[in-house]
Amino acid sequence: MTTDAGTAPKTRRPLLELAGLRKEFGGRHGTVAVDDVSLTVGEGETLALVGESGCGKTTLTRLLLRLEQPTAGTVRFDGQDLGALAPAELRRLRRQFQVVLQDPYSSMNPRLTISAIVAEPMVTHDPEARGRNGRRQIRERVGALLESVGLDGGIQDRYPHEFSGGQRQRVSIARALAVEPRLVVLDEPTSALDVSVQARILDLLAELQQRRGLTYFFVSHNLAVVQQVADRIAVMRQGRLVEVGEAAQVLRDPQHPYTRQLLDAVPVPDPRRGRRARAAAGADAATAGGTGGGSGGAGHGGPATAGGGR
Amino acid sequence: MTLTSHAAPAAGPAAKAKRGRRPAALGALLRNRLAVVALALLAVLLVAAVFAPLLAPADPNTQDLLMRLKPPAWQHGGSTAHLLGTDQLGRDMLSRVIYGTRVSLLVGAGAALLAGVIGTVVGLAAGYFGGWPDRVLMRLADVQLAFPSILLALAIVGFFGSGLWYVILVLGITGWVSYARVVRSEVMSLRSRDFVTEARAIGVTDVAIMRRHLLPNVMAPLATIGTLHVAAAIVAEASLSYLGLGVPKETVTWGSMLADGQLYLGTSWWVAVFPGIALMLTSLAVNITGDALRDVADPKAYRR
Amino acid sequence: MTTDKPMTTGSKPTAEPVLEIADLSVDFRLDTTTVHAVRGVGLRLAQGETLAVVGESGSGKTATALSVLRLNPQPPCVYAGGRILFDGRDLLTLSEKQLGAIRGQDIAMVFQDPMTSLDPLRRVGAQVAEVLRHHRGLSRAEADAAAVEALDEVGIPDPERRFRQYPHELSGGLRQRVMIAGALVGRPRVLIADEPTTALDVTVQRQILDLLVSLQERHGMAVLLITHDLGVVAETADRVAVMHQGRVVETGDVLDVFHRPADDYTRRLLAATPRLELA
Repeated sequence: MTTDAGTAPKTRRPLLELAGLRKEFGGRHGTVAVDDVSLTVGEGETLALVGESGCGKTTLTRLLLRLEQPTAGTVRFDGQDLGALAPAELRRLRRQFQVVLQDPYSSMNPRLTISAIVAEPMVTHDPEARGRNGRRQIRERVGALLESVGLDGGIQDRYPHEFSGGQRQRVSIARALAVEPRLVVLDEPTSALDVSVQARILDLLAELQQRRGLTYFFVSHNLAVVQQVADRIAVMRQGRLVEVGEAAQVLRDPQHPYTRQLLDAVPVPDPRRGRRARAAAGADAATAGGTGGGSGGAGHGGPATAGGGR
Repeated sequence: MTLTSHAAPAAGPAAKAKRGRRPAALGALLRNRLAVVALALLAVLLVAAVFAPLLAPADPNTQDLLMRLKPPAWQHGGSTAHLLGTDQLGRDMLSRVIYGTRVSLLVGAGAALLAGVIGTVVGLAAGYFGGWPDRVLMRLADVQLAFPSILLALAIVGFFGSGLWYVILVLGITGWVSYARVVRSEVMSLRSRDFVTEARAIGVTDVAIMRRHLLPNVMAPLATIGTLHVAAAIVAEASLSYLGLGVPKETVTWGSMLADGQLYLGTSWWVAVFPGIALMLTSLAVNITGDALRDVADPKAYRR
Repeated sequence: MTTDKPMTTGSKPTAEPVLEIADLSVDFRLDTTTVHAVRGVGLRLAQGETLAVVGESGSGKTATALSVLRLNPQPPCVYAGGRILFDGRDLLTLSEKQLGAIRGQDIAMVFQDPMTSLDPLRRVGAQVAEVLRHHRGLSRAEADAAAVEALDEVGIPDPERRFRQYPHELSGGLRQRVMIAGALVGRPRVLIADEPTTALDVTVQRQILDLLVSLQERHGMAVLLITHDLGVVAETADRVAVMHQGRVVETGDVLDVFHRPADDYTRRLLAATPRLELA
């Protein structure tokens, strides 16, 4: 299929390059979580990695953040092979790629104040942010960051549990931006949020990207969300990329049957195009069996539903 | 155990913020009436330990065989000269209980602190790094448990000689495993939490992750074990002393008083009961204070 | 709109409700405050229809659903007012024993997370068969046979083998099928499904939704579906009730609510819902 079509459009300079990445777990009879993944993310674009649970997208994310060592293959950030860097060099490079994780409830140390949480990357990477002088500087910078993500700068001394999921996710985003990274890895950043909150966070992410020229590596299982944010889409299944391409093209004209299957599975928030529509389409065939329960789509839930096992 | 130390993380602004918050924490602590009573009791014990020579009506080691086993003042045969009576050698019980506070508090706190520090460091390293460091450290813990503590005590006493500090050393070394086990299992679950993952992705060093993210979050179970350990160590000192492996005979401890007193329980209950009450009140006060501090240290507990 | 009417028999106002929630109020009395989770909610569920209760977290939808079988933790929950009528009886006033006879038998529930609602130490077959042995007093062999049949009915391949497995040996989709089998084996008249597909992948979610729809058609039960996902509502429900801050702000036929929302909150919710536009 299009496994090797992962090259970025010519107009964009490659920022993140994954080449032949492979990760095995558990020795000789172990599993292959990521299998020969090659992918390039251009500077300033949003690449969405789509897949279902267990497809290896979490492992791939950990590999590109260098939280795990790949069994084979390389991760290059701005031309530098992360695997070839000394630990201290890698730590220094980390300021350029930051991460926002899915669950805003577990992604913050409950014992730290909002200020300490947002300032952590600064304290880690800026020597001048430490010490007595650093404190005042940090308060100012954290305040500005909080305001840039739509929060009140005066919440610095409060604790994470005092905030809602959406507010916490904004704090997470502020932290990711604290040291002005070039790449932000967003791992299901809105999956734990209510839809109305999700919409606002997606708007915020788009605005920040535009203002700061950020590159996003956006991991999601939700194609409707992906459609809103992605320039390009990579579809992952069983550790492999089955399809990579321009977002509009992948969604409109999927090349791989699995992508098709994913698209068909997304529930449509329109009753005229949902079950009734399909029921109506199959109604002629099923009229005889139209039991008392309203619509007559007996054709659904037939033998095709016997999957489920993995 | 410095339960509050973790409330001041290394991050600059937080330290400033903390200053404004501490009254809130203190206020919460003082609103807990039981904790206030426990704190007051601990303060009394501390005063008793420090000012024992001033407070005690008599020298705790002065024997008076004519006055042996006198009951407390309120009982028939007692006298106000010995408010809590005398022991089998005619020594003043009240003075002995007051002096006993010194060694017992020191041994209890010292052993719990030493064991806590060793166990926490081992548990953090084992839980965070996993792999071979974990295997090595946990095998070490198994060896420690399998090794009879009396044998260790004998070895230390034989090597260094006996004395208060060696008692603390023995009790600290024999006690660290339970701390290490608990810290390790807590850390193993914390390690996969997103905030640790994010800290690693940010580039925070392993030591800083352990100090800022892991240690504060294992303080609650640590405090629980620690408070129990204080009481256990005070009693364990008695058995060591009983075997002649502890502090010298002339040093008064609640443990040795208990050991002496049990011979006379049938006839002269007060010899064992008063040090027993002192021990019980101490461990109760330590436990309650520990619980209260743990609650206060949790930001969720007193905001909202 | 009228062209769709033949397919929405369940929503006809003439239909006798099998379950009626009237003016229900549920409070959670915490140490310092009282949270009014449900404030005067009224819902009518007709025989054979699917009523979706949709709302965001904190809207009171789950508290409402759990109230039907009085499954909210008490304390801190207090049923502050209202009635829940089933078979002419108010479920809120029944004794635990009377309610126990209804739970799992006449009214069954399916929860969001099958991993936590199945007992990890017992074989799945025994858990499905339990309802039958408990309520119907069937012998072990009879109950087991019925359970295998139920597993088969919910589309679990090789049901005899699965019957003897433990929950952790099954995938998330299969576990949810087991839950559904367990809920339906007693032939309930009302099925309450609380976010039944939220923990599942989209392709599995699709299968489970289709399964629920086909089972409902076969058995004619009424379904009270709790969800936050308007997509799921559109695909499965006959009628929908939108909840916000403990109140039902709008209720009606799905087509009406989706295409002519009367309430401002409903409109905002619809606007925020991401849709896949493949035109």
